[in-house]
Amino acid sequence: MPSKKQGYSLVERYLPYLLIAPALGYLLFFIGYPLTQGVLLAFTDQNGHFTLQHVYYLLYSPSSNFWPALEDTLALAAVIIPIQIMLALGFSLMLSANFKGKDMALYILIIPLTISDVAGGLIWYSLLTANGFFNKLFMALGIINQPIQFFGYQFRPMEFIAIVLAEVWRATALVFVIIFAGLQMISKEYIEAAEVFGAGTWTKLRHIIFPMLKPSVQTALLIRTLFAFQVFGVVMVLAGRDIPVLAGEAYYEQTVLYHYGVAALYALIIAAISVVIGYIYIRMFKAQYLREVTM
Amino acid sequence: MVDVKLRGLVKRFGKTVALRGIDLDIRDGEFIVLLGPSGCGKTTTLRIIAGLEKPDEGRVLFGEKDVTYLPPKDRNVSMVFQSYAVWPHMKVRDNIAFPLKIRGVPQEEIDKRVKWAAELLQIDELLDRYPHQLSGGQRQRVAVARAIVIEPDVLLMDEPLSNLDALLRVKMRSELKKLQRRIGVTTIYVTHDQVEAMTMGDRIAVMNAGKIQQVGTPEEIYLKPANTFVAGFVGSPQMNFFDATVRLDGEKLLDAGEFTISLSDDLAAALKDYNNKTVIVGIRPEYMYPRELAPKNMVGPMIKGVIDFVEALGSDTIIHLKVGNKHLVIKLSGSHHYRIGEELVVVFSLDKLHIFDKNTGRAII
Amino acid sequence: MSTPGETPPIRYYLLRILFAGIVVLSCTWVLLPIIISILYAFSTPQDFYSPKMIIPLHYTLSNIQKLLALGAAKATMNSIIVAVMTVIFSFALGLPAGYAFARFAFKGKDSLKLLIIGLRMFPMLVIAVPLVTLYIRLGLNDTLLGVALAHTTMALPFVILITSSIFVSVPIELEEAGYVFGLDRKQTFLRITLPLALPGLTAAAIFTFIMSWNEVFMAAVLTLTNRTLPAFILTSAMAAPDIIKFAASFIMILPALIFVFIARKYLISMWGITVK
Ligand SMILES: Nc1ncnc2c1ncn2[C@@H]1O[C@H](COP(=O)(O)OP(=O)(O)O)[C@@H](O)[C@H]1O
Ligand SMILES: [Mg+2]
Repeated sequence: MPSKKQGYSLVERYLPYLLIAPALGYLLFFIGYPLTQGVLLAFTDQNGHFTLQHVYYLLYSPSSNFWPALEDTLALAAVIIPIQIMLALGFSLMLSANFKGKDMALYILIIPLTISDVAGGLIWYSLLTANGFFNKLFMALGIINQPIQFFGYQFRPMEFIAIVLAEVWRATALVFVIIFAGLQMISKEYIEAAEVFGAGTWTKLRHIIFPMLKPSVQTALLIRTLFAFQVFGVVMVLAGRDIPVLAGEAYYEQTVLYHYGVAALYALIIAAISVVIGYIYIRMFKAQYLREVTM
Repeated sequence: MVDVKLRGLVKRFGKTVALRGIDLDIRDGEFIVLLGPSGCGKTTTLRIIAGLEKPDEGRVLFGEKDVTYLPPKDRNVSMVFQSYAVWPHMKVRDNIAFPLKIRGVPQEEIDKRVKWAAELLQIDELLDRYPHQLSGGQRQRVAVARAIVIEPDVLLMDEPLSNLDALLRVKMRSELKKLQRRIGVTTIYVTHDQVEAMTMGDRIAVMNAGKIQQVGTPEEIYLKPANTFVAGFVGSPQMNFFDATVRLDGEKLLDAGEFTISLSDDLAAALKDYNNKTVIVGIRPEYMYPRELAPKNMVGPMIKGVIDFVEALGSDTIIHLKVGNKHLVIKLSGSHHYRIGEELVVVFSLDKLHIFDKNTGRAII
Repeated sequence: MSTPGETPPIRYYLLRILFAGIVVLSCTWVLLPIIISILYAFSTPQDFYSPKMIIPLHYTLSNIQKLLALGAAKATMNSIIVAVMTVIFSFALGLPAGYAFARFAFKGKDSLKLLIIGLRMFPMLVIAVPLVTLYIRLGLNDTLLGVALAHTTMALPFVILITSSIFVSVPIELEEAGYVFGLDRKQTFLRITLPLALPGLTAAAIFTFIMSWNEVFMAAVLTLTNRTLPAFILTSAMAAPDIIKFAASFIMILPALIFVFIARKYLISMWGITVK
């Protein structure tokens, strides 16, 4: 509160608000305005009258890809996220041990953090395409005679696998960083105490480390789930619209079909899903000991 | 319950050498204290005994069994950590029960033993709380309860009282000691606090710079320090040290420059190899008296100086005396009035004198 | 020290070898795709299309040159301009706010901070679609400024949170010493706080740059001719031959690889902070 105390100039009293106001104003405008505009676009026709035609198109039109897009977005999330959590847990545990070259390994594991989804897609394309690294390698080793085809509409399941590989490769770093930071925060003595009292590796993991990591894993889970509904670049690079996703459909309706209302509807749906997930997260997971663990 | 033998333990962390050859025999049922300044290797020694760290050289024996490379879980040891390490996601009850669960003790027995340990430490009211609902002292009790509940062969404690406030620390000292007597477990207790060591230990091992300096009962450590380090580390205020040259040719005396100390025949004999050499002389502040306060029948050397500074602590009075370029500290019990600048003659008894080799620091007598 | 009782058991060595294997495997999993894609980006077409050449042996710059000639040169320039503008805008707006959160107690602080954290999680790409109509009206459509403004929205919550935590880590006593010795608030900030916070702020700026550099959805929606690099790749380069695409991915990851090296110390703590 701007304190009523004497001796402070008006500027001093309101300084924090003055410092925050520009940023907050900017954010409110650049999020608030598009969202309002988005609602208008989604629910009005050219003449500005209320209409549900975009909703009907989205849900029922044979040329709309909404349901497959929702399905594939969810399917990708359902396959990718568990793998990432497991891998990230494994990496974190690995790097909690002391060994020579540990810092090096750490830096290597976080490299993908700065690689974009488009680049990640292209990198895996170079590995998986018919003339790619793995096909040439396996043919040279005599494991296969023909290149395995990953790309093209008739190979959609393979495209799906390619996307999973690329996303697991690229975005596990983010999950890893969150979980590793959480693991670092667990005092080593908690784990050593378990060792002294007779715990073997599995008991330590099961009864000490995993429970104490729960908040970090939940955070990672939340962030990954939110990102999963924004998946776009990697899918566009590796599968185009063969595997439709929500953001991809928004892009397609907007830039190819000029269905601004439908594109806006997609945007609102992604936003709504994110808000709901965030809300559920906050309501569901508030571990009692959170305060203590993150101290 | 076992005896523990440490044989030539060496431990390096990169370039730093934490332990430079630790040899120590700890008797069955004994309460031994590792005492030393911070960074001297106490925790490292304890962690090697626990199995949390492997030595680069040397061995750890429990009884006749070589456990040097056994993981902690195969040693049947217990530990109270400095931070307590009471797991925050488990209730007090589950914290205490955890070591028993791991050992596959039947639930009925677990309940019984948890109850026993909790009552012993007076925390039975707190069993269903989470650690963050406890005070520091209560958490410390939980850590101890968890450590004794399994009847370990060896109980290890790493500065368990250092995070408590002064009053509670004094109270817990005697409680821990009584508890150890009662259950009779071999206990290795680490501290940098000499009062804690003197009041709790059956024996004390004084450590410095990765080596054990002396092992003995509290009296031995206090009365017969083996070297200047032990002499200086134990006792408060610190023992007075000054250089003096041994003169045995004419009158037998220690020549400190500003004053001399006449030697008895026994002392002169003990110093016969040091004629005309410099030694370090030590005398504890509590064994020096102003002449007028000296015990009736006391005879001994006298030193005259000027009072530099007086600390009146109520129960004690500490006088800083300037004797030429030398500085002596005298501790008197009770409250006394001395003025700064006043001249003072102090007297002490020759048998309270400590003399150390100047080169090695070792006690000559 | 060689009597049998004193050497660790064989199992100990086996476990260590197994562990080392896992570490090497994990690093390979991350590094191999990058290395291969870079080698392919510089491979001659003959080597790439030869089924026998798992690793190309002949290298050329022609893939990169062809890609640049196709329009990637301009797109790269655009990306740099947009990213720099984004860093400037988001720091100009976000740094003061971060400082306010770090150094002042004021009514509504907690709710405001929670709001910023919430916005950090918000899927910013959704604003791009409705923004188009506004941009057309303002003449910002298909401009780099327009993209930078959208990217600033995405980066701003991050910048506020990260600068705030960086300022918190500068001991307040050092600022107070500044006041005591006669500096006013502004001077203290410029002469004491800012220099101390500079390494962290630099890392945050690098991170913001990368965020904008990597963003594709908004850039692709908001531009038509003035594509940024990822938008260019998505719309134009996908029709090019494979090795040209690999060249594109090389240019995309180059700054990322350089920056991860420079700012590596901060990467982990940065994520640790912003997600809490
Ligand atoms: N894990 C470690 N890595 C590097 N140096 C260490 C480690 N543990 C202890 N040391 C060093 O070893 C020496 C002894 O440490 P420690 O046993 O903890 O001392 P104490 O418990 O007596 O204070 C110190 O110099 C300390 O810095
Ligand atoms: Mg210690």
